Amino acid sequence: MSWIDLIGFGPNGRGGLLLWATLMTLSVTAASLAIGAVFGAGVAAAKLSSSRVARVLGDAYTTILRGAPELLVIYLVYFGGSQAVSAVGRLFEYEGFLGLPSFLAGALAVGMISGAYQAEVYRGAFHAIAKGEIEAARSIGMGRVLRFRRIIIPQILRFSLPGLGNVWQLSLKDSALISVTGLAELMRTSQLAAGSTRQYFLFFIVGGILYLVLTTISGQLFAAAERRVAVSFSHGLGRS
Amino acid sequence: MDFEFLASTFVTLVKAVPTTLALFGASVVLGAALAVVLVVMRTAGGPILSAFSRVYVFIFRGSPLLIQMFLIYYGLGQFAVIRDSFAWPVLREPYWCAVLALAFCTAGYQAEIIRGGLQAVPPREIEAARSVGMSGFLLVRRIIAPITLRAMLPAYSTEIILMVKSTALASLVTVWEVTGTAQRLISQTYRTMEVFLVATLIYLVINFIIVRLIALLEHRLSPHLRERPRISGEGRTVTSLETPHD
Repeated sequence: MSWIDLIGFGPNGRGGLLLWATLMTLSVTAASLAIGAVFGAGVAAAKLSSSRVARVLGDAYTTILRGAPELLVIYLVYFGGSQAVSAVGRLFEYEGFLGLPSFLAGALAVGMISGAYQAEVYRGAFHAIAKGEIEAARSIGMGRVLRFRRIIIPQILRFSLPGLGNVWQLSLKDSALISVTGLAELMRTSQLAAGSTRQYFLFFIVGGILYLVLTTISGQLFAAAERRVAVSFSHGLGRS
Repeated sequence: MDFEFLASTFVTLVKAVPTTLALFGASVVLGAALAVVLVVMRTAGGPILSAFSRVYVFIFRGSPLLIQMFLIYYGLGQFAVIRDSFAWPVLREPYWCAVLALAFCTAGYQAEIIRGGLQAVPPREIEAARSVGMSGFLLVRRIIAPITLRAMLPAYSTEIILMVKSTALASLVTVWEVTGTAQRLISQTYRTMEVFLVATLIYLVINFIIVRLIALLEHRLSPHLRERPRISGEGRTVTSLETPHD
């Protein structure tokens, strides 16, 4: 059997599986970006807060999640989460091991890491907002909530786009580590195909190429989004 | 909290620290050497070598380290040519496969960081050096290298921390460093949180020491850029050497 058949879509080909796995990598990364946005927004708010306790907790979160190896965080969420689920199961008199679904565990773990990076991105974006804009909003009588919704959030979203692009690329590569939980994403599927056919070199090259396709396309999408957003900055909306 | 368990976990994990540091040290040194070669190819190598360098950086920065490591560990051993070659005693060892993968990967990132530092060298300085008759290696050693080194240090320290964390992947090719040992402890004891905290503490201490060392080096290399002690501190702009890291 030639190598074309192995990665093709024929009866013995793994092409279909690999494409499915690519979609899985994409969706687990997207889920982790969304989870990370929630964590990131909360931690950024804590770090910008006037409460000392909140600031210390926010700093602890980003220091730990950015300083610990990604693999360790995945083990923590996967094993720790499964233990928690089993404990809940015992409450309902289910004796035995209940695993946390690997998609959920993986997205949560990578999301927690991405949240630490996103928190720094949002914090930087907040500081990039011109002070005058907030003062102007206050001077015409906008309240806290309205100011947040109309002035702060739209600008944070725009300023944080380049940073979010970097976080996305980082998460895309971190998602390969979710393979240790058994989720059939691109890394795990390449590994299984390599093992069962003994064609390690071929399948890791193909897997690597598929990752390159993902990072290249998403990099270009983010660049296009940045160009689009830049339009709103070019009219000099009262900023000097 | 069970301090006895934490202490015994700490002792077990600290025994794996030398392996982590050995992976880190060897791969950073090898990677830096490779990165310098890549930058020379990119900036002074002509169209073909420059294209090679660009493709190298694209491939190694665009794909996950784990797949690169598996490619070297499982992929290369598949070929009889390699199993019979002089390189096999090295490629047979999981430790060296991990070091090679880490070094190849970080070389791509480090090459971009060095190139960024190189762009910070003002052309005037080079012109001035040429006008007093410096050229070739002397120019690099006296003018270009010191300025580049200083400009790239902030981004470099970020990359170095990423490398400390990346050594964890070596556990997936059976090198028992800190994370691998921690995983083994977790599956033996089911005390996830405690083991995680102790292992993280070890990594944070390693990172902290390395960041301090690089900050010290940066401080020593830039006495002329430091501000004089301020008398009335208001209204002065602080210039920063910090370059954005991508």
